[in-house]
Amino acid sequence: MSGDAEATQVGPPLLVARGVAKSFGATAALRDGTFCVRAGEVHALMGENGAGKSTLLGVLAGLHRADAGVIELEGRPFAPRSAADARAAGIAIVPQEPALCDHLTVVENITLGVEPTRAGFVRAQEARAVAKRALAPLGVDVDLTRLGAALAPAERQVVCIARALAQSIVKVLILDEPTSSLTHAEADPVLEAVRTLAASGVCVLYVSHTLGEVVRVASTFTVLRNGETVKSGSMSGVGVSELTELLLGHSVEARARAERALGPTVLSAKDVAGARLPAGVSFELSKGEILGVFGLMGSGRTELVRALFGLDRALRGEVRIGGAPPTAATPARRLSERVGMLSEDRKSEGLALAMSVADNVTLSRLEPVSRFGFVSTAAQAAATQRLIEQLSIRCSGPEAPASSLSGGNQQKVALARLLHHDVDVLLLDEPTRGIDIGSRELIYDLAVELAARGKSILWISSQPAELLGVCDRVAVMRRGVLGAPRPARELDERALLAEAAS
Amino acid sequence: MSAPQGLEARARSFLAQPWVGPLVALVSVYVLFAVLTPETFLRGIALETMARHTVVVALCAVGMTLVIVQGGIDLSVGSVVALVTVVTASAARAGHGPLVAALAGMAAGALCGALNGALVATLKITPFIVTLGTMSGLRGLAKGLADEQKIDADARGLDGLMMSDEASVLPVPPGVFIALAAAVAGAVLLAFSRFGRHVVATGSSPATARLSGISIPRVTFLTYALAGLMAGVAGVMEFSTLTVGDPTDSLGLELEVIAAVVIGGGSLFGGQGSVAGSLLGAMLMTVIATGATHLGIANWIQEILTGAIIVVAVTVDRWRHVA
Repeated sequence: MSGDAEATQVGPPLLVARGVAKSFGATAALRDGTFCVRAGEVHALMGENGAGKSTLLGVLAGLHRADAGVIELEGRPFAPRSAADARAAGIAIVPQEPALCDHLTVVENITLGVEPTRAGFVRAQEARAVAKRALAPLGVDVDLTRLGAALAPAERQVVCIARALAQSIVKVLILDEPTSSLTHAEADPVLEAVRTLAASGVCVLYVSHTLGEVVRVASTFTVLRNGETVKSGSMSGVGVSELTELLLGHSVEARARAERALGPTVLSAKDVAGARLPAGVSFELSKGEILGVFGLMGSGRTELVRALFGLDRALRGEVRIGGAPPTAATPARRLSERVGMLSEDRKSEGLALAMSVADNVTLSRLEPVSRFGFVSTAAQAAATQRLIEQLSIRCSGPEAPASSLSGGNQQKVALARLLHHDVDVLLLDEPTRGIDIGSRELIYDLAVELAARGKSILWISSQPAELLGVCDRVAVMRRGVLGAPRPARELDERALLAEAAS
Repeated sequence: MSAPQGLEARARSFLAQPWVGPLVALVSVYVLFAVLTPETFLRGIALETMARHTVVVALCAVGMTLVIVQGGIDLSVGSVVALVTVVTASAARAGHGPLVAALAGMAAGALCGALNGALVATLKITPFIVTLGTMSGLRGLAKGLADEQKIDADARGLDGLMMSDEASVLPVPPGVFIALAAAVAGAVLLAFSRFGRHVVATGSSPATARLSGISIPRVTFLTYALAGLMAGVAGVMEFSTLTVGDPTDSLGLELEVIAAVVIGGGSLFGGQGSVAGSLLGAMLMTVIATGATHLGIANWIQEILTGAIIVVAVTVDRWRHVA
């Protein structure tokens, strides 16, 4: 590892880790966790799934005890025995899923568990003051009387951070993927709050898979790979491509798509409108095409996919699949027309988490794995095993519950269902949200390969870079209306963002 | 990001209160019956009768509100009430005074609640199943204690709890005031105490509650124990009305109690519900039953009506929240 971070930064180190190692049974999850952070900086901690990132965080937060190595907090040895221990020492963690009580107000959520009381009754004025104090270093103005359910996703995240600040005196705040459930635009206020917080003197350990965001928010970084720190240093002059190489251990060739003649139209939408959104969308998707739809939150991109697939009722407009006359959409009919959809909400809609990988993969089409109306578990497992190998899904086997998989692998299972169904048209809503780069690369490659085999893909995303890298044409969705698709090679990120925000 | 604090916002936040819907329903239904049968519904005696009929359900509903807001359910209340009448009657028959008999009954209720709470908190089995089990088990225990028959006992003045003193200025039985006091205590506990906050948090998002250092088993145990205590008080009132200990009493009471909470805006998903709403829900059902009886509507139609009201109330509540 290089030590240039220490050279470029001022102030004494706040938290230092040297050669931290931790094994679970025979597996060495972390072999050399090394980094150094100072007060007032945002330090990005990056690594692919399995790189040892969660283990390192677990050691810092007092969930695991290190087998070897040294951790120093403010120059003194630090070895927390429990989460409470770490918290008392000034290290707090905000977990990935922003957990809030929908039925409690902002004040009640922030002071939960640390309510100022007199004789068991909450002192409302004081609780309000505590909440205000916790929100102040974030520089965000949230109405304190609003209910959790009424908060926007970014506000929820900010309130979760404020709660961590209210629970104890925080010197190092660990944020585990704070923007994974947010869109590009929603993430901005959270990033701003993180920077403001750091400026107030707190050190933020920022864990994220979204490199563009990391480059903007962090001043220093550490990349872990295979349980070791491969590089740690200042963020200045470091770009997304360099980070990607560090993460993967090899360079990523730009996915330049060969210019290809597109086939006949397989899906045509004319003036499709829903109850509120979309507001009249027309487009044509050709055989073998990947058509990108770029849109910000609230643009109606998700509503468009749902209306096309029949999950929400369309008020007007017509959708033709192949050359057939237009049909009223229901999910069952769409699937029989070999149109499949991937939901942006993997956890509650995309997958049945309690069911096995095999059940999830074969759910929409059980006929090929059934005999006389009875599902054959052997056939189910065999069909699933093929897809597990094809998509390199990391799991203990077809029988593993979907809930036991990492986010990226869950997403692959959701995609595997569309492949098992053998759909011709794939409607993908934010297929790479909140998953690691390795899985992301695999999904990009898979999409390109499917298109080469004559499948058609409608790819919804809030990340311009991935659309430009994967799609043949890209259209921008704005206020419920879809603009004219243009060839991806004629567009750049700035043009897409400008059009979406205009 | 701050909301406007104008008059409209205030009106909105008032209308969003969970008990507004049931209050409107209760007033409209009462007015309807007052028009249809003015000779009974416009007399004070009708009010007094209805208040008396609501006491047991209302007391149980206070406890059930806590349980449902916490994200649980208690199917055993009917059995607990029956068991409490048996315990109270036994104590009275053994020669104890009214206070000791009543305290024995309440203690029995609290113990039953503590049992439910301990089982739900430690076994990690859904409360529906746990209390389905104790519903049967406690009913059996009540029958065993009573030797499968009613226990006759001198009520030793406990019957006065549910009787009105005709000579008094306010001819309302003391039980009604006890129920009201219990309701106020429950409402204050839920809305303003630290414990109440933790009950809502546990029902709203157990993960958040745990993350915030709240001991979920502790909150769960206390919630069910309190609900048991409320069922204990209700059982003493039931004994006061019956003046016997009856192990077969209050069959199906749990459904009435749950219906009252649900009509009052409680959500079976937890996190939502209010004591005031539940009380209004309980009164609404009594008013409909009384009015229907006065109008000579057959019992079976009343039951269909009650069922319809439960479904309509929840539908309207959902619709209000979406709108």
